[in-house]
Amino acid sequence: MSVDTATVAKIASLARIKVSEAELEAMVPELNGILAWVEQLGEVDVTGIEPMTAVIENKLRLRDDVIDADPLTGGGRRDAVLANAPAAEHGFFGVPKVIE
Amino acid sequence: MPNSSDSLTDLGIAAIRDGVAKGDFTAVEVAEAFNANVAAAQDALNAFIVTTPEMALEAARATDARRAAGQPLGKMGGVPIGMKDLFATKGVQTTAASHILEGFKPEYESTVGQKLWDAGAGMLGKLNLDQFAMGSSNETSYFGNVISPWRRNDGGNAPLAPGGSSGGSSAAVSARLCPAATGTDTGGSIRQPAAFTGISGIKPTYGRCSRWGIVAFASSLDQAGPMARDVRDCAIMLEAMAGFDPKDSTSLDLPVPEWEAGLSGDLKGKKVGIPREYRVDGLDADVAASWDRGIEWLKDAGAEVVDVSLPHTKYALPTYYIIAPAEASSNLARYDGVRYGLRDLPEGAGLQDMYAATRAAGFGAEVKRRIMIGTYVLSAGFYDAYYTQAQKVRTLISHDFKNAFTQCDVILAPTAPTAAFGLGEMVSDPLAMYLNDVFAVPASLAGLPAMSVPAGLNREGLPLGLQIVGKPFDEQGVLNAGLAIEQRAGFAARPQRWW
Repeated sequence: MSVDTATVAKIASLARIKVSEAELEAMVPELNGILAWVEQLGEVDVTGIEPMTAVIENKLRLRDDVIDADPLTGGGRRDAVLANAPAAEHGFFGVPKVIE
Repeated sequence: MPNSSDSLTDLGIAAIRDGVAKGDFTAVEVAEAFNANVAAAQDALNAFIVTTPEMALEAARATDARRAAGQPLGKMGGVPIGMKDLFATKGVQTTAASHILEGFKPEYESTVGQKLWDAGAGMLGKLNLDQFAMGSSNETSYFGNVISPWRRNDGGNAPLAPGGSSGGSSAAVSARLCPAATGTDTGGSIRQPAAFTGISGIKPTYGRCSRWGIVAFASSLDQAGPMARDVRDCAIMLEAMAGFDPKDSTSLDLPVPEWEAGLSGDLKGKKVGIPREYRVDGLDADVAASWDRGIEWLKDAGAEVVDVSLPHTKYALPTYYIIAPAEASSNLARYDGVRYGLRDLPEGAGLQDMYAATRAAGFGAEVKRRIMIGTYVLSAGFYDAYYTQAQKVRTLISHDFKNAFTQCDVILAPTAPTAAFGLGEMVSDPLAMYLNDVFAVPASLAGLPAMSVPAGLNREGLPLGLQIVGKPFDEQGVLNAGLAIEQRAGFAARPQRWW
């Protein structure tokens, strides 16, 4: 499968990356080169093979249902959470208006 | 007994730890010596994004005070290290070598970092890398290329790649700017730079080191590990880095073995597998010769050498270049200009426009390329053809290793298909760059412990590495085979100081 300019524009939109017309034109052959190369995987017989879900067998754990069991990842840290925000206002993340 | 600052910076982890403990020199003297080397090399090598000489000194003073008080100094007591700038460091800028995280100062320390500081290590600074660890030459950093301290013996001064993505780490350790550094390995990012610069590095079994507080690239592959001058130093530092962490859902709930105490270069009774599929047509002659020497060294150490087959080897790289970008496109969705890092808000723009403008301005070309590939292979209608197929092939690659390990204890192969290449030689062709990780990626896809140790120089006077891949959880077997090679390679070459 190969991609055209319209498809690359659609991918960029899905990925939320603004790209100029010139960048789009440059990306089309690059992405096609990579996609053509990865398509060799299609020749592998995977009949009856399960997709990998975990490289090393492990059991998913649940943490104890305790508030602030680990204060590092617990609550009550609003200022630390906001410390690196480009626009923190009144204790919230500031964003452009999203409803008219 | 070393006393000049130059000889202090020639010491590795074990020698510094033991020398400080014995009182041959103080931790402060060590930190000062390395701080001076870091400062003197920064303009020429660009190995660090941020230097933190005061933090190195502060940790050293604490170690010296503990010694004076007769308290234990820790596994890394008095050892200053470099931190790859992919680890969150509390209060110290953490960028993943990207513009989008420029100025980001984490409110917390990564688990691996905290373990190292608790073990008595100090931080010399944050090391440069490929942007979001995506690259094999350290040429995708927003903060400029790292220049390898090595040069070819042709009299030219062509700047060489230190490898990637842990290129700042490899350059700094080989140039004696730090005795050791943290690295992370997603598809070879510890092993290939270690090979390019004549140092040792180990990626442990997936889950040994907590991923908490490490900027995520491809979470099913990312593993932290040490990069150091020799195998013993890697064993010591890995002990300090590894261990169960409830904050990482894939962390292994296993005790950390005493790898340093378990070191032995005697391989009697061990079987070493040589994967026939790695002997590809057109393999670099010097690389092939160093592999052959490695086989002889391991035989000399008492091991039996057996031929093994990893039939899906040729599919490992394309599998990786579906899975890693897919995970990256998902992981990097968090950089949206809202919670941290860069925000680009064009006049009158709405939220969606802000996301797109921020990400366009904040990500470099290679990062965008991988996000785009990942977005495509995960998109409706293509998911099964690309992503599910790749995960099935990944299962087959993992089966290949399982089968091979019924016949051998460790696998020996080259780390990279060539020695270091020149900066700029590969950047125009993403595929050619990707192929540099052909020997490193299979072990990553299978989550296996793997290390690179220096094996000699090629005809250009540049280091070549040999790679040992082990069974899950058998870091000891990997380290021991690495030690057997190290004891026989007698690798003493180092870059001539030109900076």
